[in-house]
Formats: sequence, C-alpha cells, structure tokens
Amino acid sequence: MAMVGHNTLVVLLGATALGLAAGMVGCFMVLRRRALVSDALSHATLPGIVAAFLTGMALGVEGRSLPLLLTGAAISGAIAVATIQAIKRWTRLTEDAAIGAVLSVFFGAGVVLLSVVQELPAANAAGLKGFIFGQTAAMRTGEAMGLGALALLAAAMVWLFFKEFRLLAFDEGFARAAGWPTGRIDLALMALVTLVTVVGLQTVGLVLIIALLITPAATARFWTDDLARMLIIAGGVGAVSGGVGALLSSRFADLPAGAIIVLVATTLFFISLIVAPSRGLLGRSLRRARLRRALLAGELAP
Amino acid sequence: MLQRLLSDNFIPTADAGVGALAVSGLSVAYHQRLVLRDVTWTAPARGLVAVVGPNGAGKSTFLKAVLGLVPALTGTIEVYGRPLKRQRALIGYVPQRESVDWDFPVSALDVVTMGRYGLIGWGRRITGKHRAAAMQALDRVGMADFAHRQIGQLSGGQQQRVFLARALAQEARLYFMDEPLAGVDAATEQTILAVLRELDAEGRTVICVHHDLQTVAETFDHVLMLNGGLIAAGPVREALTEENLRRAYGQRASGLLLGPR
Repeated sequence: MAMVGHNTLVVLLGATALGLAAGMVGCFMVLRRRALVSDALSHATLPGIVAAFLTGMALGVEGRSLPLLLTGAAISGAIAVATIQAIKRWTRLTEDAAIGAVLSVFFGAGVVLLSVVQELPAANAAGLKGFIFGQTAAMRTGEAMGLGALALLAAAMVWLFFKEFRLLAFDEGFARAAGWPTGRIDLALMALVTLVTVVGLQTVGLVLIIALLITPAATARFWTDDLARMLIIAGGVGAVSGGVGALLSSRFADLPAGAIIVLVATTLFFISLIVAPSRGLLGRSLRRARLRRALLAGELAP
Repeated sequence: MLQRLLSDNFIPTADAGVGALAVSGLSVAYHQRLVLRDVTWTAPARGLVAVVGPNGAGKSTFLKAVLGLVPALTGTIEVYGRPLKRQRALIGYVPQRESVDWDFPVSALDVVTMGRYGLIGWGRRITGKHRAAAMQALDRVGMADFAHRQIGQLSGGQQQRVFLARALAQEARLYFMDEPLAGVDAATEQTILAVLRELDAEGRTVICVHHDLQTVAETFDHVLMLNGGLIAAGPVREALTEENLRRAYGQRASGLLLGPR
C-alpha cells in the first residue's frame, strides 16, 4: 500500500464498498428476475445527469457538482423504473418489452442532450462523458469518501431488512396475504438498487454497473443453497472485484476502472461456474460419472 | 400468541353468530372477462370448507380476491365481523405449489420460518424461539428430518407439506388453502388430511380449494360450489347434490360423485 497515494487509497476503498453493496443488493435482483430492470435504471440515469448539469449552469452552480448530478441521475432512473411498472400494469405488454422501450428511449434522450450540451460554448461538459464508462481518475478524496459511505449504508440496509427482502423475493403472494406491505418493501429494494447504481456511476459507469450488480450474485449462487451465505459471498466477490479493479486501473494509467472491475468479477464467475462443488460444471459431471459407475457395478438400488 | 390476538384482533365467541368469513357482492374480472359474478357467502364459524367447481370456475380467483391478491371489481370481505385489512394476523395461507421458484436458495426450515415473520416484526432478527416453533410445525407434517434440505431437493408432496407447515407456523384462526392435495403422493395426502382434521378439532376454520369431488364428503363439512358465480353453499349433505353438480359441471356431472365406472 506504500505505493499508492492517499487519494488512490480512498478511491480503492470506495470501489470495494461499492462492490460489497452491489453484490448484496444484486442477489435480490437476480432472485426476483429483475436483472434487466436494473440495466434500464442505470441507462436511464444519463438524461438526468445532463439535465442536472444544465440546471446547475442555469442556477450558476459550479458545473460539475457531484451531489447535484447524482440527484438528477437518481430522479431520471426512478422515473424510468416507474414507467416500466406503469406499462406492465396498465397495458398488456410484457416486462421485457417495457424494459426495452424505456431503456432505449431514456438512453437515447441522454445521448442527444449530451451532444447538445457539448455544443454549448459556455459549458465545460468534459466530465459528463465519464459517467458512461466510469472515470475514477477524476474522483476527489471527499467525493470518494461520501460515495463509499453511501455504499456501506446500502449494504447495511440490505442486512437489516434481509428477512423482509427474502420473503418478498421468495413468495410475494404469501407475504401480501400475511399483511406485509409488499409494495413498500419492493420500493425500498428498488431505492437501494438506485442508490447503488448512482453511487457506482462515477467508478464503473452507467453501461457496466449492471455487471457489478448481477455477476457477483450469479457467482455466489454456484457456491451455496443458502441465501444468507449467498449474500456474504456475493458481497465478497463484489468487494474483491471493486478493490482489485480500482487498484489495477490506478497502476496502469489508461485502463478504465469500470471495465477492469467487471472483468475481475467475470473471471471469478467463470472460475465458479467450473469448480464450485455443488452447482459447478465439474462437480456435476463428476457426480454423474460416479453415479453411472455405481449403477453399472450394481451398487445402486432405485 | 393469545396476547397478540387480544390486543390487535377481534374474535367473537362461537355462539355470537358471526361467521369466520363474510363475503358480499364479490365480482372479479381479468382484463375484460368477468371471472366471478356477485358472490355472497358466509363461512361457518368453524369447520372444513371445500371450494369446488369445474376447471376455470374461478375457485383460485375467489381465494385470491378474498385475500386481496387480485383486485376485486366490487364486494366487501369481513373476517370475524371486521374488515379483512385489520384481521390479517388471523389469516393463514397455503398458495398453489407452482406459485414459487423451488430453486430459490432457502431450506425447508427457512420457508416455514417465514410463517413466523409476522409474529417477529419489522427488521427484527429471527430468534431461537421462532425457529423452534417452525421446527415443531415441520414435525407436525412429518418433515422434521428434511428441515435443512434446500427446497428444490424435495419431492412435490414434500414441498406441499412444507407449505402447509409454514401456514401452521402462522398460528392462524382462518386458513385459506389453494389445492393442497393436487398431485401429491398418498402418504402426503394422508398427512395433510390429518392436519386438516386437527385444525378443525382445534376450532379453526379451513377454506380449501379442492378438485376431487369423491373425497369431499369424507373430509369436509361444508361446500362452496362455484362456476363463474355462486352455485350452491352449505353443509356437504345439502349442497353436494346431483342437481347442484349438474348446474356447476353441466351434463358431465352424472357419476362425478361415484367415480369412473
């Protein structure tokens, strides 16, 4: 650690916290089959970021005020998710059609707004593009600390309401019959996903944040049949990916952190896919081979 | 448990003449199609009720609409004389087995413990006391040995018993069960029927969607016969008649009670 500066260390810890939170929240998105909703959510943050930038300019606030930009991101992300829910509820379109439509419209609007802003002579919009693929290099120490704290808050909330989220994800009908406010629990879960997405915008970028939400959860599922353990493993995989990815990108100046983080997570995913004892490919084929041998040797009773 | 009932919920004594469930004017539509029209019915204060009717008659829809899981077009629901919303803690529910993902990373004990969540409360940890109660419920359906199995590794009948155990863990007064005997093995059927009789003996009410007309008379006291609306309701002997069956099932009904010849 002696080789990394104070700022880099803070950014690195922030990315670790982000990975932890994304891995944990992501478990519920995977189990609720909401992976694509979070993809639409992250893509839909772009118009919000640019709109917030324009608002800031009009109000005379410094152009790249991170809290302002992230607030804009959260608002347009939330509007996109609400739009998906509304389309699903009030029309007979299926969820994937609603997701496809909303994701592309919001992202398209964001791209158009972004190119308009870059044409404005007075605007210093150079930093905005960093939100698409992530840009840790530009992060200030204070910002990285704030984002890390928010990520830890999200992870703590998941742990606190573990029981409620598990109930909702497993059997929503039963939960409602028993009087649980499933709408509000679902809203809380979506709020946490939004928080993690927004926190991850600067580090990972809006295109790749989906991978940090989904890959650690999918990786963890190979190792365990217990949701609590799955959350711990996914949090660990996310944290390692975030930390190692940020470290590598700080060492090799031009490597974008987001892409490296996702590649680290994906490497862990493929290793798990093959070697995980209970649900991995290797374990499964070994068990089948053993079974076949036992059957042929006549040791197996039906 | 008793304390909770006394403080939050209201149960009149059995002789007060208030039914366990009072449904009035319930109509339900999916998209443009009316599935249930104007059902008005009061469940007896105790006993086992079978909800019967042909496929697509709206039996499951009736249960879900009563529980508020699908929106009703019209109608009011009362449980022990009060609006359902205020009596949720008195209700236990066994959904259809197909309604959940059995590959979900939870054990049988985890699922049954979900029946205790209402008693545990928001954001609170699951204590040993509640885990012991869940274990007891598993034992009651003969599944204690499978407590730590992931639910996907259980047979269909075992999964159904886990769902029943979860409802038992709720310690409810009024139970709703959606086809708990559908596609289960003989041993599971015996276990479930035995639990139903125990619940009855304890003075609880069970409203159970049931597809096998031949076993209705053996097990249930009352019948609610549906086909797009209320066809008949009452004690099995009075309501389960050839005439009513013909009205619910059409001409195919002849011989339904006697089975294939």
